[in-house]
Parts: sequence; structure tokens; C-alpha cells
Amino acid sequence: MNAPLRRPSRERPGPLEYLRAWPMKAWICLVALFLYVPLITLVVFSFNDSRRTVVWEGFSLRHYVKALNNDALLEALGNSLTIAAASTALSVILGALAGFALWRFRFPGKPLVDGALGLPIVVPEICLGVGMLVFFATVMPWPRGLVWPLNLGAIIIAHVSFSFPFVAVVVRARMASFNREMEEAARDLGAGEWRTIRDIVLPHMSPALAAGALLAFTLSLDDFVITFFTSGPDTVTFPVKVYSMVRFSVTPEVNAVSTLLMALTVLLTALALRAFGDPIARTTPVTRLPKAAAQDQTS
Amino acid sequence: MTLGAPLFWLAVFFLAPLAIVWAYSFGENDGLVRISLTGTFQNYVRALEPLYLQIFAKSAFIAALTTLLCLVLGFPFAVAVTFAPRRLKVWLLLLVMLPFWTNLLIRTYALIAVLREEGVVNAGLEFLWSAGSALSQGLGFGPLDEFKPLSLLYNNTAVVIGLVYIHLPFMVLPLYAALDRLDRSLLEASLDLGAGHARTWLFIIVPLAAPGILSGSLLTFIPALGAYLTPDLLGGPDSQMIANIIERQFKRANNWPFGAALSFILMYATFIAIALQALASGRRPKETP
Repeated sequence: MNAPLRRPSRERPGPLEYLRAWPMKAWICLVALFLYVPLITLVVFSFNDSRRTVVWEGFSLRHYVKALNNDALLEALGNSLTIAAASTALSVILGALAGFALWRFRFPGKPLVDGALGLPIVVPEICLGVGMLVFFATVMPWPRGLVWPLNLGAIIIAHVSFSFPFVAVVVRARMASFNREMEEAARDLGAGEWRTIRDIVLPHMSPALAAGALLAFTLSLDDFVITFFTSGPDTVTFPVKVYSMVRFSVTPEVNAVSTLLMALTVLLTALALRAFGDPIARTTPVTRLPKAAAQDQTS
Repeated sequence: MTLGAPLFWLAVFFLAPLAIVWAYSFGENDGLVRISLTGTFQNYVRALEPLYLQIFAKSAFIAALTTLLCLVLGFPFAVAVTFAPRRLKVWLLLLVMLPFWTNLLIRTYALIAVLREEGVVNAGLEFLWSAGSALSQGLGFGPLDEFKPLSLLYNNTAVVIGLVYIHLPFMVLPLYAALDRLDRSLLEASLDLGAGHARTWLFIIVPLAAPGILSGSLLTFIPALGAYLTPDLLGGPDSQMIANIIERQFKRANNWPFGAALSFILMYATFIAIALQALASGRRPKETP
């Protein structure tokens, strides 16, 4: 806790200063322990000088060396990052178009389109996963043995399908705060439609594009279930690879790679926080069902 | 035009796959790989067999229990965040968000290491046990029996723990969003007029947070109901949930029509949950004057 709110301890806490009541402190500690003990254990044992992950036998970096020499693991990580980058780019474009159109235009069947765009957000992952499995097995078999990264196409398509509606939701929410008069002024002053969009609309939209991109990237990198149904033997992603390693046995190598990935996540989060300022209000919709959360915020 | 590209993508790469699955759910296996769409309902009839009904009931129960535990664990936390000073608020929210940004597989793997028989939880318990044993010996009662590690992994308990672990942020964030808008003078009035903290919480904070409780419950319940990875990695042979059965039909049993029918039953269950939530949150404002 920081200094300004610390009062002399003899004074009784105010009625709503719940943070100063000990049961609340205990509860927060409990939640923090629950959330962080597993992660901290994972990090600590990644430095353990033992083949097994049970007893502490001294500090060592050998699992990191081993993990970084594990070609299959690195290839999977490379695949994951490539897929995430490609699906983020496509999702941002499609999501921005959809969000813009839904904000801007009125057209027949709009509620229907709205509902359809919300579907990928609410449909259970497993259903979308089997849908993709069936689709790529029957309708559009993805050619085998393509050169990298074209062989990842099927997974990228699947990831875009569940990511871009999230971007659309974020973009649309952002555009709600757009002042149409700015646009009219630009048109008045002689800017054409494209110029107006480029110089007036896009700059307003850009925080949503950044937030949407971050969201799409995380969703893609994190996805296991849908990828599990779309990937083949030569297109293994990081989560799928870790899954097979965990199924096989619990090895400290997984701890090491996980620690690296977590460090990367923390770093990216910190950078994002710095770039976007106070993130909390904006990160609330970062769930599988942002519509419900967004509704909840506006109602 | 602007809407064309996203709609095309949605139709071809989302609606079409689901439509095929839907069509398959009325088909039957015809030979090894062919599926003929005969319009039969036998897949849905088979899903009503006691074996599968039991799994559906169990999945719903586990998801509901997860939701309840998330609510119990998350509600006081959300209240604490709401009344925290601004700087601390950001840190507390980050505290729940950070694990959420970590890869799901990594978090599940981390849980395995903690819950194992030789994991951290059992090691901690063993330490306490041996301390208790020494104490009882010192007091002249003789040592306690030998410590038996709790089996926390590969059973239903582990699945529930894992689901709560993963979905806690889904509950805390909507709760916080609802509580943050709450009018503090109402709480002060309640405390002023002689209600204790317990009564204030029960009759003022909880009803005012109801929209957050509803949407948080939905956000937790739906993914928990369709969870695949957690029961697969943390559960035992009897911890199968719907998603595991669906996966088995598609990948191992090679009975796509039946798997398709199960998928759509799960989908309908999800839609029903959403509709119930919409109904509940739509009716609420009329009740409160």
C-alpha cells in the first residue's frame, strides 16, 4: 500500500475503507496466493538443477539451454508467432471494416448481421474447433506439404474467424465517441471522402485498432482447442507442442519455455500499459464474451 | 463493400463450417469415411442415453460449481478493488489480469505441478502435519499418524480447482465494473442507520451488484461448460465433460454425426444460458423502483 492513505494506526478505519479491515486483507492475500503460487512455482523450478521437478537441488540454467536447443519446440514457437502475426493483421483489417460499417451505416438486416458477428464470440471453442476440422477435411482440404508459412494457412484462417469479431466490437465501441461534426467540418473544408477517413476517422479509431490488435494477437497465441483440431503433424503450434509434452511427462524444459513466454507477456503488457495509459477501463472487454461485459458497462 | 469482406469471411469460414456440422448431426456413417445425410434423429436420440445425459448433467454441475466458487472468491476481491485508492486499484486489477494474459496451457501445467502428490500444496501440508506431530509429541500425546498426501490431481476436485483458477478474472472484472458505478452514499446511509457490515453487504451491495453478478456468472459458466483442456489434463478417467466426449467422437471414435449432434446440443445449451441471462437482466430494472 502506498504512503498517502496510511493513517496513524490508532485511528479507526472509516466505514468504507474495506482495504484496512483485516478480513479483506486476508481475502486479497488468499486470492493472490491462489493465482500466483502455481506460476511462481513454475518459474522457480525452471531454475532447478534436477531432472525431476519435485525437489530443489540448486540453481541451474540447464533447462533453458536444453529448451533453446529443442528444435521442435522452437519451430512450434515460431509457427505460433507467425500465425499470431498473420491472423492479427487480417483480423484488424476485417474487424475495422466491420466495426466501421456497423457504426456508420444503416441497412436492412443490420440486427441480423450484428448477431452473426457476435456468434464467434459466444460459440463454445470446441464447436468451432470441430467445425474447422470438418470444413478443412471435406469442403476445402488445405494442400499438404506446402512451403512454410503457407502450410499454416488453415490455422490462420481459423484464428481470424474467432478473432476479428473481437476487433469489430472494440472498434465499434471506440467509434461511438466519435464527433461527427469533425468529419463534416473536414468535408466542408474540401477534403474528399478518403482524405476524411484517413485524416479524421482513422486517427480517432487508432487506439481501438491497437487494443484490437493486442487482443487478436493474445487470442491467437493462447488458442489451443481450435488449433488442436486444425493442425496437422507438420503444423504444430506452441500450445499444441506443450500439450503433447505435458501429456507425455512433466519436464523442467516446459517450465523453462513457459517462464520465457511469461516474461515476454509481462514485458508486452508493461509496454502496452505504458503506451495506452490507464488500461483497465479498456481491458475489461478482454474476455471470451466482451459483448456482455460491454453491455454491462453501458447499462 | 465495407461490410462485404467481413461478411464474406464470416459466412465462408465460420457459418459454413458450423452449418456442415449441423447437417452432419442429422447424418449417419456410411462406410469408413463417408457420411450420408439421411435426416435421421438417431444421433440426438443417442445423446439422450443415460450415459450421455449423466455427462451433460455433470458438466453443467461442474460449470455451476465453478461459477459459484468464482463468485464467492471474487466478490470480496471486487469490493476491495472498488474501494481501494486509485493507484492501488490499478495494481489490484493487474493482479487478476496478469495470469489471464498468460497462456492457458502454461497455467494448466503450472497447476499440475502444484497439485501433484509431491507438489507444493502437499509439501506445505506435510510440513504443517510434521509440525503438528512434533507439537503433539511435545505435549505428551505421542506422534500423529504418518502423513498421507491428498490426491488433488486427476480427479473432479482438480477439474473444479483448475476451472476456478482459469475463470476467476471473467468473474472479477464484470463485478468490478458493476460495483464501481455503485452509489457510495447508499452504503454510508445503511451503515449510518445502524445496519452492520454483514447486513449492508447482503441487502445493499449484493443487490446493487446484481447486473455484474449476472454477467460475470454468464462469462464464467459458458466457457466452463465447454471446457476441454482442463478436464483433459487435470481430470481423471471419470472427469470427462461434454467437450471431451465431442473430441473423442471426432478424433478417436470417428463417429462424426454423433459428435456433431453433441456439439449442437452444447451450442443450444450455451444459447439458452445467454437467453436466460438476457431475460434476467432485462426484467431486473422493473423490479427496483
